[in-house]
Amino acid sequence: MPAVSKGDGMRGLAVFISDIRNCKSKEAEIKRINKELANIRSKFKGDKALDGYSKKKYVCKLLFIFLLGHDIDFGHMEAVNLLSSNKYTEKQIGYLFISVLVNSNSELIRLINNAIKNDLSSRNPTFMCLALHCIANVGSREMAEAFAGEIPRILVAGDTMDSVKQSAALCLLRLYKASPDLVLMGEWTSRVVHLLNDQHMGVVTAAISLITCLSSKNPDEFKTCVSLAVSRLSRIVSSASTDLQDYTYYFVPAPWLSCKLLRLLQCYPPPEDGAVKGRLVECLETILNKAQEPPKSKKVQHSNAKNAILFEAISLIIHYDSEPNLLVRACNQLGQFLQHRETNLRYLALESMCTLASSEFSHEAVKTHIETVINALKTERDVSVRQRAADLLYAMCDRSNAKQIVAEMLSYLETADYSIREEMVLKVAILAEKYAVDYSWYVDTILNLIRIAGDYVSEEVWYRVIQIVINRDDVQGYAAKTVFEALQAPACHENMVKVGGYILGEFGNLIAGDPRSSPLVQFNLLHSKFHLCSVPTRALLLSAYIKFINLFPETKATIQEVLRSDSQIRNSDVELQQRAVEYLKLSSIASTDVLATVLEEMPPFPERESSILAKLKKKKGPGAVSVELEDGKERGELNGGGDRGGDASTPSPSADLLGLRSTAPVSGTTPSAGSLLVDVFSEAGPSATSAGVNDDGFLSSAPPTVASEDPAPPLPESDELLNKFVCKNNGVLFENQLLQIGIKSEYRQNLGRMYLFYGNKTSVQFVSFNTTVSCPGELQSHILQLEPLVEGGAQVQQVINIECLTDFIDAPLLNIKFRYGGALQNISLKLPVTINKFFQPTEMAAADFFQRWKQLSQPQQEAQKIFKASHGMDTEVLKAKLLGLGTALLENVDPNPENYVCAGVIQTKAQQVGCLLRLEPNAQAQVHTHKCILLDSRLIMCHQCKSILNSC
Amino acid sequence: ITFLTLNFLSSPAIQIRFILIQNRAGKTRLAKWYMQFDDDEKQKLIEEVHAVVTVRDAKHTNFVEVRLYACLSCLQFRNFKIIYRRYAGLYFCICVDVTDNNLAYLEGIHNFVEVLNEYFHNVCELDLVFNFYKVYTVVDEMFLAGEIRETSQTKVLKQLLMLQSLE
Repeated sequence: MPAVSKGDGMRGLAVFISDIRNCKSKEAEIKRINKELANIRSKFKGDKALDGYSKKKYVCKLLFIFLLGHDIDFGHMEAVNLLSSNKYTEKQIGYLFISVLVNSNSELIRLINNAIKNDLSSRNPTFMCLALHCIANVGSREMAEAFAGEIPRILVAGDTMDSVKQSAALCLLRLYKASPDLVLMGEWTSRVVHLLNDQHMGVVTAAISLITCLSSKNPDEFKTCVSLAVSRLSRIVSSASTDLQDYTYYFVPAPWLSCKLLRLLQCYPPPEDGAVKGRLVECLETILNKAQEPPKSKKVQHSNAKNAILFEAISLIIHYDSEPNLLVRACNQLGQFLQHRETNLRYLALESMCTLASSEFSHEAVKTHIETVINALKTERDVSVRQRAADLLYAMCDRSNAKQIVAEMLSYLETADYSIREEMVLKVAILAEKYAVDYSWYVDTILNLIRIAGDYVSEEVWYRVIQIVINRDDVQGYAAKTVFEALQAPACHENMVKVGGYILGEFGNLIAGDPRSSPLVQFNLLHSKFHLCSVPTRALLLSAYIKFINLFPETKATIQEVLRSDSQIRNSDVELQQRAVEYLKLSSIASTDVLATVLEEMPPFPERESSILAKLKKKKGPGAVSVELEDGKERGELNGGGDRGGDASTPSPSADLLGLRSTAPVSGTTPSAGSLLVDVFSEAGPSATSAGVNDDGFLSSAPPTVASEDPAPPLPESDELLNKFVCKNNGVLFENQLLQIGIKSEYRQNLGRMYLFYGNKTSVQFVSFNTTVSCPGELQSHILQLEPLVEGGAQVQQVINIECLTDFIDAPLLNIKFRYGGALQNISLKLPVTINKFFQPTEMAAADFFQRWKQLSQPQQEAQKIFKASHGMDTEVLKAKLLGLGTALLENVDPNPENYVCAGVIQTKAQQVGCLLRLEPNAQAQVHTHKCILLDSRLIMCHQCKSILNSC
Repeated sequence: ITFLTLNFLSSPAIQIRFILIQNRAGKTRLAKWYMQFDDDEKQKLIEEVHAVVTVRDAKHTNFVEVRLYACLSCLQFRNFKIIYRRYAGLYFCICVDVTDNNLAYLEGIHNFVEVLNEYFHNVCELDLVFNFYKVYTVVDEMFLAGEIRETSQTKVLKQLLMLQSLE
């Protein structure tokens, strides 16, 4: 039996725990538990009042059973009763049960809060601490409401015991994090900050967590903490190893407090006051000096505690990034750790050095460790350490060492762990592009990547190599030659086939002079891979073949033969079959001139931020949401980046040479001129995609907004954009070369919530990123502010809550301001909030509908509009649009089956407005007649609906 | 309605997300949670931590990065790290943000273990089983609201002995 439990334990509990431990099977355990539960239940229900001890024992047993993983559905009341016991052990079990088992919205919360209140005012420090710990553990809003006013008082009162202060500080922190609106520090600020001076180190340790959190949220109000923290730190750092007695840990004075002080300082820029700054620099130097002193103990605890402070100090030095001397010293210190026998230290040194590498002051110093880091990459046993080494190599790479680093990373890739391969591939690809002096090296590197780790080469990587080859004519011949050689390998990765197919299709002519790579040899080589490839690759190869027909007329017969074969022209895959049919036809009927125009070499891609970089950042960065938008974007632009002047659009170099990815049937007209492709797509695009109305439909048919050079609020396209979102809630709201804004929104009754996803498309961070929403008076909005920095390639999410007070016409304006490379960007957009978003569909029977319809006959209750069916009259499309509008589509109501009738109620805070709608398509004239009837006689609403219907 | 009160994006910056003590077989000897998880989530985390920690040996670091939900209601993943140390058959694990100070928490664990050792006079796994309700008290003395509350072993033990003497 454990030492402490002698004499004071609950015997019954110990017996029960032993019983459970002795159970041979899960069944036996459950049986024993059920027996115990029955016993406890009968005790709780029995006539005899239980004494405190028994109650405590049974509650504790229940808690044990719960912790074993069984549900407990009674005993809460008994636990609450224990709270009002005046015996510590009973109270403690009561509070423990509450902390572990009672969730915040329990109806017992009032009773619990009462008991806490009593304990807080008991002046008994032990009870006060129990109560505070309970609040800190549960941290519910109800508790914040009840105690957020009281706890600061306890925290700063002169007569509060130290241990209570400690608990109060952290309890307040918990409440502040959970319900910041309820914790008002105003009058307490200065006294809380001065807790940094408290004599009791434990109070400082606890209080500093609170102060750090408050400072990071309101730096200005708390900035006096800087000088206090510096002087406290200075006193600790300069103290002898035994001065602080209780707070010395393995000869290191107050390691945790030192770390916390150093971390608090990282909420602020370097101190402006020269004396304070001097003192702080002195502290940091002392910490660096101590690292060089012989250890006072051989114990790992000693060195860990010392190094915990050292690493935190280095973080602060890096955070300031203004003291070259300290930065270089930090770097040297970390350099020593790189070879330390402790794996932990090597790991942490690699990690910390990674951030040092980006400082201009220490970049060169970091580079001197390249050999050690490469060695770590090769020899470390722990994959997470190798990962850090790879990160550091990436961070220290520049033009001077790029070739060496890329070569090392490539050779590491051959044996790298699966878990980090994809990231390694991205890194190699980025470095190769970024530091390529001659592009033949770049092409070699990427092809090597595909050879070594083809499975991990994502689309972005091979798209990118193609973009670059297309844009740089000095490398095209080399690229063609290299892929040709690479394809000779008997087994080559499918990604290699893709790149090879694309490049030979474009530039095969550059190597066709050599009889060893004559057109037919090239074709046969590609075609020998065909049958081993997946459908998308085959599709790409077919496109390469048709390009061949244009490049090398002598291959025409052979290729037509291939296209004509049953395995192509009757392929069960629609895409392949369609390509075979179309290409065969195209090659047969088009004149050489037409062919040459249609199959012309791809135009250069607009230079833009590397999609690989964005991907890497995404992999490492937070939000996972961006994937979807990224995807959508690539797809959305497939159908013809060509006709948009190409400035904002970023055509994907996807598998398609021709961009025939769309499954839309090609219209029957014979291709006539060079604009063939564009025509095909502008016809096919929208009609094929609008069937999907909701999200994808939008993404694939939306013209990306052209970025205006001088964005003047609000953008001219704003209204058009607004219309796009009338019937849908998700999609890309805005995009230019720098920024993409995606939106997701949801509405319930008169409330709406919007998620805006701001994606930084560049590799440079946006600073002073700030967004504001201005609403017409009829709407109320609440916007959660963002951090002012948006890293390159990162995506941040913002939530806007909207409440519709009454009907409105004007959409809220969203203004986005940020600095990109120093230049202020200022964009204003209309947020797609239209009155129909607050529609609630209403089902009603035919009789009901027409009765109401007839009742509403006053002119101001009615709006009618005849307009052209700009998007065709397809039934499904129309239905989807009407549903998207938010109304209920009433089937079998209108006697004329051609017509559509809908009903809905617009929910605003002030009133609810019923709305009936009838749409009468006129197929011959290709026009619709909309008639809208409103139950409420508000004309404004009528007009709104009119304009909404207009846009459908 | 719950629609507006759900505070989707506020993932309060709590330093310690949870503290776990597990034995090699994966049995939990202490689980202290500093953010809201539902029971299934807790079980999943417990299993995940056990899986990543037990495969590591002395040549490995005492840190493992893991990807967990940062904010359950919005299903956002974020990187965290588990800082752990093994004592005989028990793994003591603390989950913190990736930017937190590894060594400070590693020694935080050791400090905690030394207190347990002193308090239970050569602590063993069974002490934690039979006195689970006291272990919570020790934890609350040293860590509160996901933060380090008290680091002085002398002070903590003095307080614990005082509580021990109370009825």
